[in-house]
Amino acid sequence: MREILIISGKGGTGKTSVTAAFAHLATGLVICDLDVDAPDLHLLLQPRHQQIHDFYAGYDAQIEPQKCDGCNTCALMCRFDAVEPGVPSPRINPLKCEGCKVCVEFCPVDAIRFTPKHCGTWYISHTRMGPMAHAQLFPAQENSGRLVALLRQQAKNLAQEHGVQLILSDGPPGIGCPVISSLSGVHLAVVVTEPTPSGLHDMARVTDLCDYFQVPVAVIVNKCDLNPEIAEQIETQCLQKGYMVVARLPHDPAFVHAMVRGQAITEFSSGDTVRQIKIAWESILALAKLPNSSYNIRVSDGETPESQIANECHKP
Amino acid sequence: MMVAVASGKGGTGKTTVSASLATVWKQPVIAMDLDVEEPNLHLFLKPEILGQEKAYIQVPVADESKCNFCRACVELCQFKAITLLGTTLLVFKDMCHGCGGCLAVCPTQALSSDRRELGEILWGRSEAIGFLMGRSRVGEAMSPPLMREVKKRLSVLMQDTAADVIVDAPPGVSCPAVNAVMDADVIVLVTEPTPFGLYDLQLAHEAFTSLGKPMGVVINRAGLGENKIYDFCRSSGLPIWCEIPYDRQIAAAYADGRIVTTRNPELNAIFIGLAAEIRQSRFSDGKVCHA
Repeated sequence: MREILIISGKGGTGKTSVTAAFAHLATGLVICDLDVDAPDLHLLLQPRHQQIHDFYAGYDAQIEPQKCDGCNTCALMCRFDAVEPGVPSPRINPLKCEGCKVCVEFCPVDAIRFTPKHCGTWYISHTRMGPMAHAQLFPAQENSGRLVALLRQQAKNLAQEHGVQLILSDGPPGIGCPVISSLSGVHLAVVVTEPTPSGLHDMARVTDLCDYFQVPVAVIVNKCDLNPEIAEQIETQCLQKGYMVVARLPHDPAFVHAMVRGQAITEFSSGDTVRQIKIAWESILALAKLPNSSYNIRVSDGETPESQIANECHKP
Repeated sequence: MMVAVASGKGGTGKTTVSASLATVWKQPVIAMDLDVEEPNLHLFLKPEILGQEKAYIQVPVADESKCNFCRACVELCQFKAITLLGTTLLVFKDMCHGCGGCLAVCPTQALSSDRRELGEILWGRSEAIGFLMGRSRVGEAMSPPLMREVKKRLSVLMQDTAADVIVDAPPGVSCPAVNAVMDADVIVLVTEPTPFGLYDLQLAHEAFTSLGKPMGVVINRAGLGENKIYDFCRSSGLPIWCEIPYDRQIAAAYADGRIVTTRNPELNAIFIGLAAEIRQSRFSDGKVCHA
């Protein structure tokens, strides 16, 4: 089984749009959205939930006022300044509480309750492109590597169940806990970047992280015509570090037009961007050492919504 | 006054808005980048760095010769950062949240204090704008501990000169994003009129409403995508403070690392308007929070 992860470091470079396009091109795969904080892939794939599960992680500490004798031990021992003065007893700010249990352990009168925290929901779903594992963390929760790990395990189970060899995951932005949890043991990380100072800077950090975890990297330069000079710097950096640039995609409004229709760009358009995405996908399959024959890319069946719109526009 | 510039979705223009807002801000201001995983504000403000330091979190180190294998630390640790395998006491530094519980609970002082590098903190000036940022070490999983250290440095800087603060927050609506906005007086939500922008704005609205702070929306790339976002703002009572038109020239200015207000009088006026809306919101939104 092979896992391919799409990441970017910087948000908004086009991870999700690219993931949806690849998911559409591939046949016989499991799709996974590992951005559990602000997931968007479901907006393009319209999953039908087949299983819905509560996700619990960590604990919430709460002071019971009737038991508290006001000794202030909890406030003195909390390293996160989560215990705030209050009447009749201090109060634990749930936004600051790390769930470390120190206050519970050291409260001399056992006045602090420690209850499991319901942090989100995860789903097993059916989509037109294949089975999908995804989740939504409740707002303000710890962005949990545990939920990411759980989804990856579910995706593996799904792949086994359906007898498929490929898991394609849409990753979270950044380089912290959820990204680390998404990355470990993956067969190929596809880094989507853009030729802006931020894109260049963030790509360097996220690829350093991939190197650190010894995950092979392929790069897609999106909006490559925005700044040719930085695009060149990205190419040079990739060459030096031995990453293959598998696509150079133009700044194409078709991505947004497809998104508004709830479609992958490959479902919407048959233009040059889509041609390049198809070539990129073949390169990615080769880099991930997946036999190309079993992942025949879908053949475009004639008219696309974009060409229909174009045809209508050109009607006299 | 502290203004947090946040967004559910990444790449909507938080950094552009933060940098531009700082350039038109009339009062003394410090621009603080709390997106410590991928900080970008310095790429636009290009500050002169006047000071920097490494930031650490306190973690335990084990001395097995003193351990009596009582397992108190293992049982207390909620983060699986300590295990006892037979008579081997193992500490996984990277998993530690630095709560200090194991140090306090150990009856034989078999655990003592060590530290893990979180990243670095840099500060300086960009013309009239004060500047402060955190940058996490690549491989460091947790960003809130470094964000706390950056905020401590902010208090030190504020001792010298009182200033307003503009915070460039990390994307998302989970713990790091909430950490960045929770001390702010006003929250600016940057979004774009696309299905992804709308969905993530709804998440951000839900996440930040409970904080009880005045909030308003900046619609970036207005004219792109669709109009549903305007309906959402209207129905949920979120004021739209300004719109930045969808314009390839703005995108190109950003791609060149330029602050978009500097050569574009129209945009400059838009951001002066935004600054006025932000100041106004503290008094019109009912609840006024003091820094």
